[in-house]
Amino acid sequence: MPHSDSSITGVSNEVDRLLHLFAPFPASVIPLLQEIQGHYGYISETNLTRVATYAHAPKSTVYSVATFYSQFRLTRPGKYLIRICQGTACHVLGANSICEHLEEQLGVKVGETTGDGLFTLESVRCLGCCSLAPVMMIRDEAYGRLTRGRVDAIIDAYRNRAEK
Amino acid sequence: MIREIAVKIDGQEVRAREGANLLQVARDNGIDIPGLCYHPLVSVSGACRLCVVKIAGRPGLVPACTVEVVNGMEVIAFDEELDSMRRMLIDLLLSEHNCDCMTCESAGSCELQDLAYRYGLDNRTRRFVARERVLPNPDLSSAVLNYDPSKCIICARCIKACDEIQGKGVLSFAQRGLETVVTASLGEWETSECDGCGECVQLCPTGQIMEKRPKRPPRAGEVEKVQTTCSYCGVGCQLEMWVKDNEVVKVRGAEAIPNYGSTCIKGRFGHTYIDKSDRLTTPLIRRNGSLEPATWDEAMAVIKRNVLKIKDQYGPDALAGLASAKCTNEENYLFQKFMRACIGTNNVDHCARLCHASTVAGLAAAFGSGAMTNSIAELEYAKCILVTGSNTTETHPVIANLIKRAVRYHEAKLIVVDPRKIDLVNYATLWLRQKNGTDVAWMNGMMNVILSEGLQDEAFIKERTENFEEFKKVIETYTPERVEEITRIPADKLREAARIYATAETSSLVYSMGITQHTTGTDNVLSTANLAMLTGNMGKPATGVNPLRGQNNVQGACDLGALPNVYSGYQKVAEPAVQEKFEEVWGTKLSPDVGLTVVEIMNAAAEGKVKGLIIMGENPMVSDPNLNHVEEALKNLDFLVVSDIFLNDTAELADVVLPAASFAETEGTFTNTERRVLLLRKVINAPGEALPDWQIICKLAGQFGYSMHYNSAAEIMDEIAEVTPIYGGIHHYRLVPDGLQWPCPSDDHPGTVYLHKGDFSRGLGHFHPVDFIPPAELPDEGYPFILSTGRILFHYHTGTMSRRAEALNAFVSEGYAEIHPNDAARLGLEDGGRVKVRTRRGEITTMVKTTERVAEGSVFVPFHFAEAAANRLTNDALDPKAKIPELKVAACQIEKT
Repeated sequence: MPHSDSSITGVSNEVDRLLHLFAPFPASVIPLLQEIQGHYGYISETNLTRVATYAHAPKSTVYSVATFYSQFRLTRPGKYLIRICQGTACHVLGANSICEHLEEQLGVKVGETTGDGLFTLESVRCLGCCSLAPVMMIRDEAYGRLTRGRVDAIIDAYRNRAEK
Repeated sequence: MIREIAVKIDGQEVRAREGANLLQVARDNGIDIPGLCYHPLVSVSGACRLCVVKIAGRPGLVPACTVEVVNGMEVIAFDEELDSMRRMLIDLLLSEHNCDCMTCESAGSCELQDLAYRYGLDNRTRRFVARERVLPNPDLSSAVLNYDPSKCIICARCIKACDEIQGKGVLSFAQRGLETVVTASLGEWETSECDGCGECVQLCPTGQIMEKRPKRPPRAGEVEKVQTTCSYCGVGCQLEMWVKDNEVVKVRGAEAIPNYGSTCIKGRFGHTYIDKSDRLTTPLIRRNGSLEPATWDEAMAVIKRNVLKIKDQYGPDALAGLASAKCTNEENYLFQKFMRACIGTNNVDHCARLCHASTVAGLAAAFGSGAMTNSIAELEYAKCILVTGSNTTETHPVIANLIKRAVRYHEAKLIVVDPRKIDLVNYATLWLRQKNGTDVAWMNGMMNVILSEGLQDEAFIKERTENFEEFKKVIETYTPERVEEITRIPADKLREAARIYATAETSSLVYSMGITQHTTGTDNVLSTANLAMLTGNMGKPATGVNPLRGQNNVQGACDLGALPNVYSGYQKVAEPAVQEKFEEVWGTKLSPDVGLTVVEIMNAAAEGKVKGLIIMGENPMVSDPNLNHVEEALKNLDFLVVSDIFLNDTAELADVVLPAASFAETEGTFTNTERRVLLLRKVINAPGEALPDWQIICKLAGQFGYSMHYNSAAEIMDEIAEVTPIYGGIHHYRLVPDGLQWPCPSDDHPGTVYLHKGDFSRGLGHFHPVDFIPPAELPDEGYPFILSTGRILFHYHTGTMSRRAEALNAFVSEGYAEIHPNDAARLGLEDGGRVKVRTRRGEITTMVKTTERVAEGSVFVPFHFAEAAANRLTNDALDPKAKIPELKVAACQIEKT
């Protein structure tokens, strides 16, 4: 079950299993971080430390890697991760204004999670579907040709879905 | 072979070692090519590009720091193009930099500022306008540092200092691109593993990382910088003290032998005790039960009256003196001279008795000289390092750095033999966890393997040693299987360790108190000597038997004769010729009777045989074993004089207390663990009426009609040189810049880097057959745990100094007992909770620290904390030869409170 960090509840079997997928040396840091993020949706501080201890790498190195690559996230994401595209095509077609609108609607800045834990807003360079610009993705679903109104409708739909 | 070659830089021909770093070669020859990311002590980054040069035959511009010089290389270091390029690079750096020079603490010692000035980049000439940005918040959470990312130039010197020099790896870059910052551990300094050594501060070229001091320090231009020797451990780090208005405002590592700028947290941040308001500033005399301020004359009169009374009534041997491993060579020499020539007794000893008496006894018997055989710097190049009974990372941090570097950068194999899982275990090829107090057994076992596999150095044994056959008979009985039963070290691991140690090209054996503080301390030391001789690891660089001395000047205090059986230079008091020589120089009759040792003095005091005790800078009320007994003994004295910088636990019991100058307020020399005599300079004036100990001793001697007059510490050293063959060529004027390592018999002698080359000091090395004897006290039903005691990184000895330093207390401020989590769980103890530790001699209440560093069934208690004094628990059973007590093994019980 994603989003539950076993390290918080004190059950470390799952993390241990993930750690042992790779050999215990510093070169394993990246795949280990990927596995943990894949499983939990993010990498907690406890798990950063676990990776460091297991891979015989300084904690600072693990933190350095985890902050260098944008794929890694160190805070627990909301239930729905919104990635708003800021690629060239989207930018030209008003991604900025869409993004601002989203920030207003959700009451968070890019990179933050809503208080109810429902949405996390992220901006990305390019989602690779420029013909649909401006685009955003929520979880694995892409939404194109966005307007402010369309964004409202989509967000409402997710809110409703969450209430049910 | 290292080849010397010629390189031409801007038309100037310079000589260099082939393969040397071009930037360094240029700078060494006064050609000041700029550069910010290069530092000679860390690996090359080639990041800042300021040192770009043109090299004939190579295309484009090349960073000089990345070039190794070859013969005939022709370099252009300065021309118009290079200058404009450099100017632009600095301009760009400044555009990203928080140019806060007006108020920046680093102004005056900032390399970026210097370059901006050199290239004339002011607000009018700069082409790149500073990017508008919000300054990132500084991280002020560390107890010793302030980190301001807005002044970072991303040179990585701090990161490399932490990783490559100190082997800690606490720092790294986080984020990327323009957002890149240096961070500690997982993003915050306070919660990181940073232990506060400040190597990052030392190497930072700007004001990014700065020391946190009690007061905002003045800047480089306003201070005087004085190089002196650290007052904490035996490494002898050279410090650069920044002084303003008679106050030490900052401490940096001096780039000199033996530490080259490195220090530990104590060296850099632990000297704030010197200006504490509770320093002793006048003599104190006990009147109606309490200590009251008095004049020097009054104090001297009281001492004279009481000492003479005791001497007249009971004879000179009813008096005893404790010299100090914290005081200078000159002071220790004078102290023993005072006790011997003026009082007339050989009852003089000091706390080396409690740390390395067995080293002095054991190594003198085996080799003829009781000191570290080789030099600190050689450790980095040993192919095998065997560390036993030394938690080097905490007790000799700068030496530990070299051991880690040997493993990480020079492919050395490290064998750690220690009951605790100390930090060095993380770097070890092999870790053997012996049962406490079974050291003779495992060393005999290793030698058994070496002999049975034919790995010994036959030629060395034949030519340079004696008594091998007798020794062999004992060794043959210590099969690895038998040793496993005694020590719990698996036979296979022992075999592997023996093979690594015996077959490495150079093997260095490093030990400390885990070997010496046993009733079998001398036997343990003899075993280390046997091991080194058996494999021929003696008398060559990067080998040897290397006891790490604990105190800053414990080596010197021993060398200068603050011992009951020898004068300075280990010349025996019982030898008529020696006695005659000293009688002539000192102009008085001397006693040939060997005096009492520390623990014996305490016993004699308790029995009423010693009536008066004079203590210079020691604190037996915390440092000595079985404190309840020590307290009884001291209270039983008729008269106790203590000279110290603070009213320590012992001084509180004294009849007269004399205010002494601290290490920063006196001059003289310390001898570090590698036998190097290092200068101690006067940095500030002593507070109030406090005097340097050497002046106090001279004053005292005058009271008894014995004239001791010296104008300076240098004059005392000249007398030492006259009477002490191993210090024969040591004079203050010869100690700049690198000090001198004894033996240094004459004024033209360069000093001795490693001992026993060609011949041992005693001629042939002597193999001593040694059998295993168990510790004096072992766990039983009533006292089921093994207690051992020792030091930690953040505090020092009895805490008189270190516990007055804010930075050190911020890391650890109270005592604790390390207990294995399984034991803790069994006894219902919680980490951070309280626990009672009890032995047959006493009990303390302290904090629980659960950790797997200790084995199950073992407890470790640091001894720095008077209110939970480990030495209330320790066993004062003595090694029969060296009279060192068994501080490392006692049986104890633990109980939740």
